[in-house]
Amino acid sequence: MKAVAKIAAMVSALLVIAAGLLYSSRTVSAAAQGQITGTIKLDGQVPHQKPIDMSKDPSCAQTHTGAPATAENVVVGPNGGLANVVVYISQGLSGNESVASQPVKMEQKGCQYFPHVLAMNVGQHLTVLNDDKTAHNIHPEPKPGGGNIPWNKSQMEGSPAVDAVWSTPEVAIPVKCNIHPWMRAYIAVVKGPFGVSNESGSFKLDGLAAGTYTLTAWHETYGTQTQTVTIAAGKPVSVDFTFKAK
Amino acid sequence: MAGKIFAAIVVLVTLATAYCVIAHVWWMPVDISVHGPKIDQQLEETMLVAGLLFVAGQVVLAAFVFLYGGAKNRPKQIPGGAKYLVLFAFLIVGAEILALSFVGSKAWGAVYFEAPDPNSLHIDVQAGQFAYYFRYPGPDGTFGALHPELINEGNQNFFGIDTDHDPDAKDDIVTAEMAIPVNKPILLTLHSKDVGHSFDVRELRVQQDFVPGLIIPIHFTATQTGRFEIVCTQLCGLGHYNMKAYLSVLSQADYDDWLKKQAAMQ
Amino acid sequence: MAETMAHAVAHHAPPQGFIRKYVFSIDHKVIGIQYTTLSLVAAFVGMALSWAMRIHLAWPDMRLPILGWLSPNGAPGGLMTPEYYLSLMTMHGTIMAFFVLTAAPFAGFGNFMLPIQVGAADMAFPRLNMASFWVTFTGFLLACATFFIPDGPPLSGWTAYAPLSAVGSVAGPGQGWGQNLWGLSIALFCVASLLGSLNFIVTVLDLRTKGLKMSRLPLSTWAWFIDAWVSLLAFAVLLPTCLLLVLDRLGGTSFFIPGGLVFNDQLQPHSGGSPLLFQHLFWFFGHPEVYIIILPAFGLVSHIMPTFIGKPLVGGWKVITFSEIAVGTLSFVVWGHHMFVSGMSPYMAMVFSVPTLFITIPSVIAVLVWVFSLYGANIRFDTPMLYSLGFISLFITGGIGGFFLAQPSTDSYLHATSFVVGHFHFTMGLSAIFATFAGFYYWFPKMFGRMMNEKLGKLHFWLSFIGVYCVFITMQLTGMSGAVRRYSALVDDFMVPLIPAYRFMTIAALLLGAAQFIFLYNVIWSRFKGPKAPDNPWGATTLEWDTTSPPPFDNFGGRQLVVHHGPMEYDGDESLMQTSPEPSIAGT
Repeated sequence: MKAVAKIAAMVSALLVIAAGLLYSSRTVSAAAQGQITGTIKLDGQVPHQKPIDMSKDPSCAQTHTGAPATAENVVVGPNGGLANVVVYISQGLSGNESVASQPVKMEQKGCQYFPHVLAMNVGQHLTVLNDDKTAHNIHPEPKPGGGNIPWNKSQMEGSPAVDAVWSTPEVAIPVKCNIHPWMRAYIAVVKGPFGVSNESGSFKLDGLAAGTYTLTAWHETYGTQTQTVTIAAGKPVSVDFTFKAK
Repeated sequence: MAGKIFAAIVVLVTLATAYCVIAHVWWMPVDISVHGPKIDQQLEETMLVAGLLFVAGQVVLAAFVFLYGGAKNRPKQIPGGAKYLVLFAFLIVGAEILALSFVGSKAWGAVYFEAPDPNSLHIDVQAGQFAYYFRYPGPDGTFGALHPELINEGNQNFFGIDTDHDPDAKDDIVTAEMAIPVNKPILLTLHSKDVGHSFDVRELRVQQDFVPGLIIPIHFTATQTGRFEIVCTQLCGLGHYNMKAYLSVLSQADYDDWLKKQAAMQ
Repeated sequence: MAETMAHAVAHHAPPQGFIRKYVFSIDHKVIGIQYTTLSLVAAFVGMALSWAMRIHLAWPDMRLPILGWLSPNGAPGGLMTPEYYLSLMTMHGTIMAFFVLTAAPFAGFGNFMLPIQVGAADMAFPRLNMASFWVTFTGFLLACATFFIPDGPPLSGWTAYAPLSAVGSVAGPGQGWGQNLWGLSIALFCVASLLGSLNFIVTVLDLRTKGLKMSRLPLSTWAWFIDAWVSLLAFAVLLPTCLLLVLDRLGGTSFFIPGGLVFNDQLQPHSGGSPLLFQHLFWFFGHPEVYIIILPAFGLVSHIMPTFIGKPLVGGWKVITFSEIAVGTLSFVVWGHHMFVSGMSPYMAMVFSVPTLFITIPSVIAVLVWVFSLYGANIRFDTPMLYSLGFISLFITGGIGGFFLAQPSTDSYLHATSFVVGHFHFTMGLSAIFATFAGFYYWFPKMFGRMMNEKLGKLHFWLSFIGVYCVFITMQLTGMSGAVRRYSALVDDFMVPLIPAYRFMTIAALLLGAAQFIFLYNVIWSRFKGPKAPDNPWGATTLEWDTTSPPPFDNFGGRQLVVHHGPMEYDGDESLMQTSPEPSIAGT
């Protein structure tokens, strides 16, 4: 009896949770949304990431007294997952996608950008913060004539956060600090849902209506790859990409 | 009254200035280069000559203003008129100028007219907004060619060298800090990747602009070990004040170790 | 009489209506006052910029809400960014060097006084004269406009070295439209200066009244005349330099930009230009410019002193005038001393060093003339004389720094340090400002028909004189430790210990600036409430004192003047107007 009661309790608990999950997903994606998940791998030898010598600005160097910071052109996790890949929908959007309402945050910490690669929507707000005891200049350089306007602003210790908005999709706008020339970030400006792969290479795109899409993955060193995906209503789809090391 | 106040202010300023100079309140740092003492000596001699002229000029001005303020005598000119003034200017100042030019040209020549030692350690220096990078030729003693279009600072390729295809570039050692062995002749080639910059090490008594489009050689020998600042003195943009690098003058053994470590990090 | 009829070219009917009388006036006196007023406004703007810079240097964390309001980009939250510091510095230099120091003592006083001092009714070309002012004014507006564009003013310094100034906004904020406007503003200033110089030269050569031989010219007129020549030759070089710079920026040319430049990892589409060419062209103008600024100051002081010492200058008009001619001529062959460490051939450094040292000889002669003229004098310490004495002291101090910077070996240590900044503030900045103040206090009664308040004038002098030394001798001496100029913050290990000295300079500079409001108050109060000025309040001898205060429209009320004497007929309290038919005073 005891065992039966236990199983019944567990099953009913699971049922309750499952019902809750179903209900909640229904409320969030009223328009019957699908999800794309996947993993990005790097095939081949991981290129050596050079350590960064920050001796030029002692206040930067002091934040890396242990292991030195390294370049982040190719960041690969322990299981071979490729990080910092932006995945977004390059074709098939209806045009009615809403803009993410929360501002996306970029921090300057230890004279590096966090995150190194970030994605955001056209019209979404970008907030740039300086946590360092030195001045940085934030210098995004979108392609000339592409619709986004380049700017270049210093942010000192204690300066207010810098706020910016991009008007045109662009993958990806390089950002650099001329005072600390090793600093580099990329901002991918896209329409619709997007994801950025983490150290295990996994990414997730939410809130897609049923339909056929071209899915593009972009990496700063390895360029772009595309795949066509068809999403049936409410069903998650799994898509993997593999980039080849040069 | 006004004349006396004026004279007092001028004398006070002169004394205060003379004190600051004689007491070395603000002065050159200790010299660490072979050629530096010549420059220091020239600067001290100039200070003596110019300082005497300064004190004499201000004191005579103050004295005349003090003595002839509001005098109700019939004004008179200085005996001999302008003749002696012009003579003084030509002979005394002229002689000083000739002496300074002559001796000064020797100090300048010691730095710039002499060819660098053929056994110099050659370091390639690149300035850009707003950092310096240094390049050592590596075991092959040859620098790889520069390809400006390959410059990618996010990828730590500050010079635009092609390590994949260029055998000369493969062993080039690029650093953000400059280290040199003490008492070894050093030859730097300065080039800029964007705007004008400058290479200024006060202790070395070396200041030389980087001119975009030119490769400018300078040479020196450091005589003391230590860590010094290389600062930019040519206005180069918003990060000008923060454009610097450190120069480490090391013993030969320490230098060899340092270079090995740097090579391992490439 | 036939001769004077031939000189009637400058006669024109008195203008009618407010606009023609006071705005688009062709009357040299109105234009002179317009230039002086423009300089006064520019001087206060330039000074306010220097305050903001000095406060930031001394207390980098201090928030100045007014800056945040003026430029939300340049000083977000009132905290000044490095680029905004450099922009303010660039505009401080530009406004002060061009629109104050070049404009006030030359174009301002020169316009008002030169035609009167030569006994003419107006300048030779009154309409060109009006054009000069309005072109200058437009240039000033363009310079000020840079503060109100989103990117802010340029940050490449008043010297605008290429390629920083030439490649556009890739080189940094302010290097976009700010630098374009700057280039156009200075080009306009050049055009105005060329027109003005031409006018000055022709007026002196052609419109002198009867009996006014060149040897009888007032020393101020001599200085303006020499200055006009230097100005004509120097601005003729800066004008094309500015135009080429603007072409590099907007027209895709590469006069000053070499190939292979990389900004933000992007190879620039330029090739074949030379940054050193820009430096040579700029300093070919830039060094004479220093003398364009200081020569009128020589003239003003030489003109004012005899009145207050009761005797002529030692050596009469000749020694001082020939020194000025020598200085003006030599100023064209010394420009390379700005470029000792620029990468120019080290042999050329020697070539430029020698004339640079030799230019001290005529300068020393001028100083000796002023100092030794005080010997055996009856000095009257009215404000104009105090300022003249202040000028001499500052010019000696400034000149001494020249010995160090004229030699390549010592310059290689001192180049680009605050020693240089102190040096040029003494020699051309404050010397010229002090001479301008001397001229202002001296001629105010003539220009506006009212006396200035002497007590306030003297107070202004004492505070300014002490303040200037506190700021700039400290600045020059800290340069001995290698303190680098044009840094928006003191972050280098060797700069940090200098912070107390920088704070001292900042406090002194704020007090010095505050003292200038005494002057401003004095000017405004005296203009409306000052006692009426007699025709010749100082007992001077030159033609401007031989007419009413202020002079009538045609300067002398239709009188035809005949000059019998030189300008320095003084003997104690006795003096003889240039037009007096009496014999010269014995002993002069």
